[in-house]
Amino acid sequence: MDWLTVFQNSLTQMIGVSAIIYCLAALGLNIQFGYTGLLNFGQAGFAAIGAYAIAVTVATLGWPLWLALFFGILGAIIFALLLGIPTLRLRADYLAIVTIAAAEIIRQVARAVSLNDYFGGSDGISGKYAADWYALNPLPVGIDTALIRFSRNDLWVVINGWTLVAVIVLITWLLMRSPWGRVLKSIREDEDAVRSLGKNVYLYKMQALTLGGVIGAFAGVIFAVAAQSVQPDNYSTTLTFFAYAVLILGGAARVFGPVVGSMIFWFLLVFVGQALNNAVKAGYISSSILRPDQVGQIQFMLVGLGLMALMIYRPQGIFGDEKELALDER
Amino acid sequence: MSDSPAAPSRTKASSVKAALAGVSPVPGAPKPDAIFIGDSITRSFGGLAAVDVSHLEVQRGSITALIGPNGAGKTTFFNVITGFDPPNTGTWSFEGSSLAGTPAYKVAREGMIRTFQLTKVLNKLTVLENMRLGAQGQSGEGLFRALIPALWRKQEDEITARALGMLEQFNLIHVKDEFAGSLSGGQRKLLEMARAMMSNPSMLMLDEPMAGVNPALTQSLLEHIKELRETGITIFFVEHDMDMVRDISDWVIVMAQGSIIAEGPPSDVMRNPAVIDAYLGDHHDVALTESGESLTDSNVSPTKSEES
Repeated sequence: MDWLTVFQNSLTQMIGVSAIIYCLAALGLNIQFGYTGLLNFGQAGFAAIGAYAIAVTVATLGWPLWLALFFGILGAIIFALLLGIPTLRLRADYLAIVTIAAAEIIRQVARAVSLNDYFGGSDGISGKYAADWYALNPLPVGIDTALIRFSRNDLWVVINGWTLVAVIVLITWLLMRSPWGRVLKSIREDEDAVRSLGKNVYLYKMQALTLGGVIGAFAGVIFAVAAQSVQPDNYSTTLTFFAYAVLILGGAARVFGPVVGSMIFWFLLVFVGQALNNAVKAGYISSSILRPDQVGQIQFMLVGLGLMALMIYRPQGIFGDEKELALDER
Repeated sequence: MSDSPAAPSRTKASSVKAALAGVSPVPGAPKPDAIFIGDSITRSFGGLAAVDVSHLEVQRGSITALIGPNGAGKTTFFNVITGFDPPNTGTWSFEGSSLAGTPAYKVAREGMIRTFQLTKVLNKLTVLENMRLGAQGQSGEGLFRALIPALWRKQEDEITARALGMLEQFNLIHVKDEFAGSLSGGQRKLLEMARAMMSNPSMLMLDEPMAGVNPALTQSLLEHIKELRETGITIFFVEHDMDMVRDISDWVIVMAQGSIIAEGPPSDVMRNPAVIDAYLGDHHDVALTESGESLTDSNVSPTKSEES
């Protein structure tokens, strides 16, 4: 059994493209759910908007990438407004219902047969649409060490992706120590109290939903650029719930929560999968117990079990404050 | 407390008393200098008319109590005039500007700041952060300005200094770095009141400020309310316990079943038969002391005060 490869793959995925994508999605959710208490279950929708904006603008229309990025951000803002205007005046659960449905609408529209010419149906859109951007890559080669391994293109995506994460973390940090962040956290605690002190709660919730949504769209942008293709089914509710798992694992309402959360999540997921795979192949686990094609399911079961254990023994997440959580029980 | 702040205190309190002396104690009485005027405000839930107030005025600088038995519509009335609950009909104005249909946050910006019956402190924020939130017109509360601390740092320091002073005044300075959620019920009431004061209200509206507070702290709360009045603000508060009201209020408005049934200085109102009826029901003259259980429910306590 090749433990070195298992570790190499796990560590690579820990800082790989998937970790960046889920980290970005969770960073957006952190602003919406962690700080403001908005239950956005439609983060996959925001990511899909970012991804399809890139693919459609560049691959279908042949317009430049920077314009595609602009459309992605604009699309996320419009989507946030559409979701927020009817629901943000209502109780928190309504937003949850509307967002989960809206994200599914986006996915179903994207894979609709009648819109095949625009969105490519269930196959999505692929092509070398980020070629211009990859051409900017100054790196001569990829990286291949005992611990991590990236191709030249992947390394370029990873460096830029984590830079983007760093910028967003910095912005979040700046915002959350400002009076603006204070209003957001107060809304999470009790929005009527905030209203009674002369703050326009609706506006703040809209700003939080929009900002978190734009960050979620960046997750889709990275996804589309890294894979050079978009498939509608990558943007199902699974993406949203993985992002929530990442957020809660790291600790909601903590600036670095999503970053560490997504790293741990992807390390665990890949490590468990690879280790099981190797063990089955090497015969450590008899195929009467576990066949190779069952590893995928068992992998998620074990990670789920691990998350459950975390919630039981450390419900505040990695970075969370135990004292803060104890206040809920009063 | 030293004598110097107490001296103007007497003049403030007494000038309000003098101004209200000429007001006839009838429901909806016009006041010489009203800060709040409401007309035909109604709010019904289904078939139940929770609030039906034809006219109400609050004298500027006074401590006005809104009392009434449970379910009289006091809190609903508060919710309506502060924009938290839409009325079925009605107009009202504050400092001369109409506030009907104005959203709650704009009502607060006009200077009507309220507290809640079920205290609303922000549990996972520290006491000091709770206080800072109360300040109005913060430039750092804009999304883009928030990113540049230089734009709001100075104002934040001023707000912090003011908050610390206010916490000192409300005896909360020793818990300033604790989570608000870890405070006792009485401390939360104090914090909520202090936070409301951070907004520089011209009328402070307290919804049952004494509910669930132990008797010792009640006294200090009453003192705080009196001190606040000396800063020139009007205090309009809801209470259902008449005993609390007698001591501090200049004027008492009594609600029952949604409407105002009596008004006047506290001593007069307590003797008003309509008020006693509202509190005790029509059969109050029969066996007052023997129906002890219903008495504690209704919270009017001629016998309770004798017992204690």
